[in-house]
Amino acid sequence: MQDEQKKKLKLKVSAIKEGTVIDHIPAKNLFKVISILGLDSINNQITFGTNLESGKLGYKAIVKVSNKFFEDDEINKIALIAPHAKLNIIRDYEVVEKKVVEIPDSIQGIVKCFNPKCITNNERITTSFKVVEKEPISLKCRYCEKLTNSNQISMY
Amino acid sequence: MKKDLISITDFSKDEYLKIMKLAAEFEENPNQDLLKGKVIATLFFEPSTRTRLSFETAINRLGGKIIGFADPDSSSASKGETLHDTIKMVSNYADLIVMRHPLEGAARYAAEVSPVPVINAGDGANQHPTQTLLDMYSILKTQGSLDNLNIFLVGDLKYGRTVHSLLMAMSEFENPIFNFVAPPVLEMPDEYKIFLREKGIKYYEHSEFTDIISAADIIYMTRVQKERFSDPIEYEQVKNIYILRNSMLEKTRPNVKILHPLPRVNEIHTDVDTSEKAYYFTQARNGVFTREAIISHIMNLK
Ligand SMILES: [Zn+2]
Repeated sequence: MQDEQKKKLKLKVSAIKEGTVIDHIPAKNLFKVISILGLDSINNQITFGTNLESGKLGYKAIVKVSNKFFEDDEINKIALIAPHAKLNIIRDYEVVEKKVVEIPDSIQGIVKCFNPKCITNNERITTSFKVVEKEPISLKCRYCEKLTNSNQISMY
Repeated sequence: MKKDLISITDFSKDEYLKIMKLAAEFEENPNQDLLKGKVIATLFFEPSTRTRLSFETAINRLGGKIIGFADPDSSSASKGETLHDTIKMVSNYADLIVMRHPLEGAARYAAEVSPVPVINAGDGANQHPTQTLLDMYSILKTQGSLDNLNIFLVGDLKYGRTVHSLLMAMSEFENPIFNFVAPPVLEMPDEYKIFLREKGIKYYEHSEFTDIISAADIIYMTRVQKERFSDPIEYEQVKNIYILRNSMLEKTRPNVKILHPLPRVNEIHTDVDTSEKAYYFTQARNGVFTREAIISHIMNLK
């Protein structure tokens, strides 16, 4: 049954020769992932599928980026919104490496501070947080020193 | 590398002790020309006469010159200039910036932008570290030590930045005991209780303000503000409970001192003012010596 599902998935999103496949993205966060990784402003060939059935996530999305190999700190930026994302590194149509994303110890930009009185919400400043808790996530603002918790996280 | 003072935790215990020692020296001898030839900017994006006068007195006693503004209406910020640009401009002129700002995190940001040192004189509800250092100096002066003290924090413990900073700083010393006295809606936030538990420091919580204070070495009063309550009935119920009266001091320890960051409204009855245990006006005076000490330390003059 699982093999059959995998086969179906393969049919839905075409294979790539060289590059990275990002799997297990929650479907609702697909476009945020695309924007955080800057995939909307590069010239590489990109295919994606979304609203694919997945036991774990309900509905998931998958992105295939040709000729693109992410650095760890680049890809870890999506950990906040796609904590279970899995990366397959493809060389000559073969998966040569698998990676998972990890929540980094600090986060620059991406997330807004929850505190409306924070200077970062009133002047053009890149936010900066220390990750004080990873599960559930809790972020401490470098500026106002207030916590932004998982249910309060919103992105730029 | 330049030194800034943005949050009380920016300083180590050794630095706290150095500030205390210098403050005592300045109390002995307040007029010292250490800032001769220096220009200090006092930028008050939010008015605070008390804090500004204390800083400006400290700067004058050190022989420095002052530039700046006392309220946002007379600053370029009122013309829509960003904090970034104001700080960039002022740091061309001054050797040190003292700033107060209504937004939280403004001081940390200014310190990043500015090549000259920044002292935070209050950033919204976030931090006011020079207040904490003057509180500590007042405690040291009256108790002879910062170790083994039973400290009662009374009133608004939820939003009161001064009590949070004092708790963090006093936790660096030997064997403190904290007693929190607050209405349930304004009790000490969990993050501070977790912090104390992790450090193995004892604390007790009370919603009654009665003869429990007989064990206190320090009673630190804060104001319970009406605006903090979403339910006005709830405020009416507690507003008279957290008022300190002279009669309540009868059974307290002879060494106990009452502190308050000022301004007070009604949380300390005026009949306490003549008590030997009242210390809040002297506490404010200590602010000048403490700020002389902080400026000297930040600018490597002592
Ligand atoms: Zn913030």
